[in-house]
Amino acid sequence: MAKKEPVKVQECPAQERIASFCEVVLGYNEEEALKEAARCLQCKNPACIQGCPVNIDIKTFINKLTKKDYAGAYLTIKEKNNFPSICGRVCPAEYQCRKACVLTPKNSPFASEAAINIHFLERFAGDFGKDKVLSLSEKKDREKSSAFRVAVVGSGPAGLCCAGELARQGVHVTIFEGLHNSGGVLRYGIPPFRLPRNILDFEIDYLKKLGVKIILNFIIGKTKTLDELFKEGFAAIFLGLGAGTPSFLGVPGKNLCNIYSANEFLTRVNLMNAFQFPKSHTPINIGKKIIVIGGGNTAMDAARVATRLQKMNGFDVDTTVFYRRTETEMPARRLEIQHAKEEGIKFEFLMQPVAFKGDDNGYVHTMTCLRCQLGSPDASGRRKSIPIEHSAFDTPCDIAIIAVGLEANTLLTQAVPELKTNKFKNLVVNLKTMQTSIKGVYAGGDIVGGEGTIIEAMGMAKKATQAIIKYLESRHSKKNLKQQIPNSK
Amino acid sequence: MEKSFFLSFFGAMISTVSNFLLKMKILEKKTLADVSGIRITRIKILAPAIAAKAQAGMFIVLMVTETAERIPLTIVETDILKGTLTLIFQEIGFSTKFLGTLNPGDSLFALAGPLGHPTEIKNYGKVILVGGGVGIAEIYPVALAFKKAGNHVTTIIGSRTKELLILEQELKNTSDTFFVTTDDGSYGRKGFTIDILNELLLKSTYDIVYCVGPIPMMKRAAAVTEKFKVKTLVSLNALMVDATGMCGCCRVTVDGKVKFTCVDGPEFNAHGVDWQEFEKRNKVYCEKEKHICNLIIKNG
Repeated sequence: MAKKEPVKVQECPAQERIASFCEVVLGYNEEEALKEAARCLQCKNPACIQGCPVNIDIKTFINKLTKKDYAGAYLTIKEKNNFPSICGRVCPAEYQCRKACVLTPKNSPFASEAAINIHFLERFAGDFGKDKVLSLSEKKDREKSSAFRVAVVGSGPAGLCCAGELARQGVHVTIFEGLHNSGGVLRYGIPPFRLPRNILDFEIDYLKKLGVKIILNFIIGKTKTLDELFKEGFAAIFLGLGAGTPSFLGVPGKNLCNIYSANEFLTRVNLMNAFQFPKSHTPINIGKKIIVIGGGNTAMDAARVATRLQKMNGFDVDTTVFYRRTETEMPARRLEIQHAKEEGIKFEFLMQPVAFKGDDNGYVHTMTCLRCQLGSPDASGRRKSIPIEHSAFDTPCDIAIIAVGLEANTLLTQAVPELKTNKFKNLVVNLKTMQTSIKGVYAGGDIVGGEGTIIEAMGMAKKATQAIIKYLESRHSKKNLKQQIPNSK
Repeated sequence: MEKSFFLSFFGAMISTVSNFLLKMKILEKKTLADVSGIRITRIKILAPAIAAKAQAGMFIVLMVTETAERIPLTIVETDILKGTLTLIFQEIGFSTKFLGTLNPGDSLFALAGPLGHPTEIKNYGKVILVGGGVGIAEIYPVALAFKKAGNHVTTIIGSRTKELLILEQELKNTSDTFFVTTDDGSYGRKGFTIDILNELLLKSTYDIVYCVGPIPMMKRAAAVTEKFKVKTLVSLNALMVDATGMCGCCRVTVDGKVKFTCVDGPEFNAHGVDWQEFEKRNKVYCEKEKHICNLIIKNG
């Protein structure tokens, strides 16, 4: 049987899109979605479902698409994933469901072009459901759980997912968010050209309609402690704190002016709208030669934001990504790498920064780099990068953005020493229930697993939700028992 | 059992919601100094949840409007019963001037805290507090706490000129020994706070120095006290964005290590701070600042 060609997705042309923050991938229309869905082989043992961290029934939802049962497809996804419109846009599908797709050759490091474009189909179904405002019927079993209130700390992917799942089961959920806007990394980290703000706002509004309360500007660990939340009547707490603290390079000159962490750079633009300065009051500095260090999705986001800022401020586009390994080892999504290239971003592989130099006012003007070569694979299976002696060279750079990873944010764990953490300062949990070292306190997302993907965070949040429901139910029956004792006298 | 459960349930719900609705409103505003283009303003804000937790040395982060910057300000005073906190700021840059346009009855767009580590309060013995300019406001809560903990408190405050001096009476009442300097000699002693600090340390021994003011002043204080090997704390006014440890904008080198002012500070060992780096980093947006301020002047 001759395989049909994958259906290409419509995109905003590179030169047009870098002049704004409009969405890059435009998604499938109905015809394209049907054509792509028809390529699915409907395998007897669909590997893609195992490849999905929340085990969406991919086979069924694609099958429903082929029958034009778009609502059915949407609801099938919704059974497992609260946010198809978000995940269809930001999931690294080429490392997950699409990599597992039977059309990807075995042992391939990421999905082949031929793999079904599951993410675009998910997005199509998600947007359909969003536009038609479809919703799953709430679970009827409200009696047991609706007597309880649960506090969710953090409104990022894990927190939103947990809140949504609990609310659907009738639990009263209050989310406490430290920043002035909700969404966590979906808001401050992921740029609007990958996840338009109206999509994020829609999904958050949907939670509010389910009865979830969101309290902003409220820092658990500072404004209130976990103990106080329990005293106020919250029966359980879910911590979705995120991996908040950026790592910097331990090299001379790392604190020169105009050396940003990717988190700072992206937060200024995505959360504080610095690209609209001075209409928005938060400033950001733009340069002629921008260097981004790192090879992950954050590095791609930072580089693509930087490119847009250069273009929008009348500079020539000149942004270069420096990465210590090669393109194959880059942890970034293949799609983002491709988009970055289309947008004129340059790549320098096998490079390790060793110093920054600046002018008398402390502004960076030069980066010193060593060339590297690949050695044998390390613990993660990726080949190590080994600096080559005497290969140092200087390159001009007036803005540097460091995107070499994040560590746990210890704001809460410092305040609550009873919360057990590991050597990475991440929370230690029971992996079956996601319960932390404190009874009734659960956790999920990057604060548990370290830097991961949005869907992985959601997977953990779902697991925690099930455990929380069980915990609430056990408390409910205990309470009933206590009530019955005086009656029986 | 059930009844008390529901009482606490609804009570908590009401208190949470009402805290949320009521907070961030400005109750009082007073201009403390306004001379030759320098204005220092005091505002009292209703923020019961934050007021309940604030301790000396901690700060808040606020936004005036949805498009405003997030700016950190030290908490000067709190009233737990009334649920208020007091901030004192110099209307020096665009965002502090913007904050200065708010009046009683207005609400902030965002307010979160209390942030940072509180000052370690204990009986050190003899302490010296040094405050310069609007930094005087920041030493006030620490002076109160030090005094309460049984310390012998010496306070030195200084400003450019007499009319810019703030909290003089309050700090005088809190201190065992009290000095005032003005750069122009219009009040107190002509000269700098650091001159007096140096003289005091020459004459007697002290257990700790706590200093807040303009960067050059803190830097000089650090140099003087290092000579006498006196432990010295400074509270750094680094630029911040989220102020919760997420971005690293406020990073500063202390004792050779990178620290985040928002979550590791804001107080640090003055002798370990890389002052040159800190001073330069704090000027990183001076061009943008000029730009946005010029626009305001042009457009009125």
